[in-house]
Amino acid sequence: MPEFSEQTLLKRFAENDSQATEIIYKDHFNMIRHLIQNNNGDHEDAKDIFQEAMIVLYENARTDSFILNCQLKTYLYSICRRLWLKRLQQAGRMTVLTEGIEETTQVDDAMDHHQRLSAEFALMEKAMNNLGEPCKSLLEAYYLEKKGMDEIADKFGYTNADNAKNQKYKCMIRLKKIFFAHYNHNGK
Amino acid sequence: MEDIKLQETIEKFLDGKMSPDEIAWFEDLRNATPEIDQMVVEHKLFSEKINDYANHIDLKQRLHTLHTSLTEKGEIEDIHLSSRKAKVIYLWNRYKRVTAIAASIACITALFIYGLVSFFAPVANMNDLQQLSKKIDQVQLNQQMQGARIREFDSKIPKGYTITAGGTAFLIDAKGYLITNAHVMKGSGAVVVDNKGNEFKAKILAVDVEKDLALLKINDDDFKKFNSLPYSISKSNIDLGTEIFTLGYPKDEIVYNMGYLSARNGFNGDTTNFQISLNANPGNSGGPVFNNKGEIVGIISTRQAQAEGVVFAVKAKNIFEMLKGLKENDSSFPNIKMPVNTTLKNETRVNQIKKVEDYVFLVKSYNSN
Repeated sequence: MPEFSEQTLLKRFAENDSQATEIIYKDHFNMIRHLIQNNNGDHEDAKDIFQEAMIVLYENARTDSFILNCQLKTYLYSICRRLWLKRLQQAGRMTVLTEGIEETTQVDDAMDHHQRLSAEFALMEKAMNNLGEPCKSLLEAYYLEKKGMDEIADKFGYTNADNAKNQKYKCMIRLKKIFFAHYNHNGK
Repeated sequence: MEDIKLQETIEKFLDGKMSPDEIAWFEDLRNATPEIDQMVVEHKLFSEKINDYANHIDLKQRLHTLHTSLTEKGEIEDIHLSSRKAKVIYLWNRYKRVTAIAASIACITALFIYGLVSFFAPVANMNDLQQLSKKIDQVQLNQQMQGARIREFDSKIPKGYTITAGGTAFLIDAKGYLITNAHVMKGSGAVVVDNKGNEFKAKILAVDVEKDLALLKINDDDFKKFNSLPYSISKSNIDLGTEIFTLGYPKDEIVYNMGYLSARNGFNGDTTNFQISLNANPGNSGGPVFNNKGEIVGIISTRQAQAEGVVFAVKAKNIFEMLKGLKENDSSFPNIKMPVNTTLKNETRVNQIKKVEDYVFLVKSYNSN
């Protein structure tokens, strides 16, 4: 397996490259597992926290302004630390983390960005759920599973792709309405 | 149908699937129709959002799959798949801190108790014995007193009635008119007990739930009217930091407490109340709040549950307002003469208490079962 600079690795991760994702995951998961398990968490918690940190990394790596100005290790560690502290606080435990001598870095902006996106995703999910069937499944097939109109027509039992497409547009217009009603309402 | 056609065109445009001619035509259309222009902008934003969302869901799925496959390949450790021994080590690592703390606490406690026992054991025995004998006397005394009380209750509280609430009340007219809290008057009738344990029947004349005030009249032949009251009731607001004291019945015996005015308004800015800092307990409700001159400035009503020493009292001017309202509604309502002068101005606190304690009563309201 060729060696990549962390910058390239990140770029490829942001472009959904599965090899890059695997390298980052494999190289850092155990470090985070130690952090979590030494601080009142179990393996499941470690998995949750690390995966959320990967999502934070991904979201930020995709922005144009993103520059990694420390080791990837430090960055991921700092994010996990923040996420885990937050989780502990929510559980009402006022604990101080017992840590090794890991270095941490400022991740406020990254966390803010993540929180904003999370709110938007939650909004989209809610809007989707409010659509009802068959709209929800139809749009999920199209947008999430990236199925073609022919396949969708076949799966949902429309006589031809054009009918399915019309139905998809109808559903999308509704989804847009629901989404923007809340999106605009929530400011921005 | 129109909407759908339009939607399709916008999508085609945004996806860059139009021919140059079509693009030129569509740009013209956008320029000419602001609504369509707006729709294009909105759709562009929406496409971004839903693509981000799709990406997010996809990433989550990929990470999950990746975790499983890496675990299977043994590239990352997974405690669920490791041997039993590893689990024991894991549990030990996880709980060793807790275990250590628990062990040290147990150790310290054991040493401490051992120390206490060896320190006090030989000397304390004699004292304990003496105290015990004294206690027996006291228990007997208490029993006698309780016996006396029970006989009194038999006479004053009608049979078949039970006490629903208790608090404190004070005279506002020497003829036997008392003020207490409305929330103390949960029953249909009331008895009041003076600081010497004498019990009198009382009638509830009026209850003002909003002001949390209740007016009682002692209706008992055993009650001997006083000539006058030593304190007065103040209409004016009092200043922040004013020292105050109160007498009340958090237990069967009268209890003194002092504090100061800590806020001009009550809970959530309630202007009919003020806030005082003092230790009040259940039973203090309805108790008079005096200032240094011996003027009643308020009536203790509630305390904040979550905070220590935050007590609210109804401002005394509410008594005047309540009586005024009663008189306006019913002209036959008895005239109540509230004391206007205090004779306690230059007295020491101990003398002040001596002079007012006779006018502060324990009040119990009762209801039929």
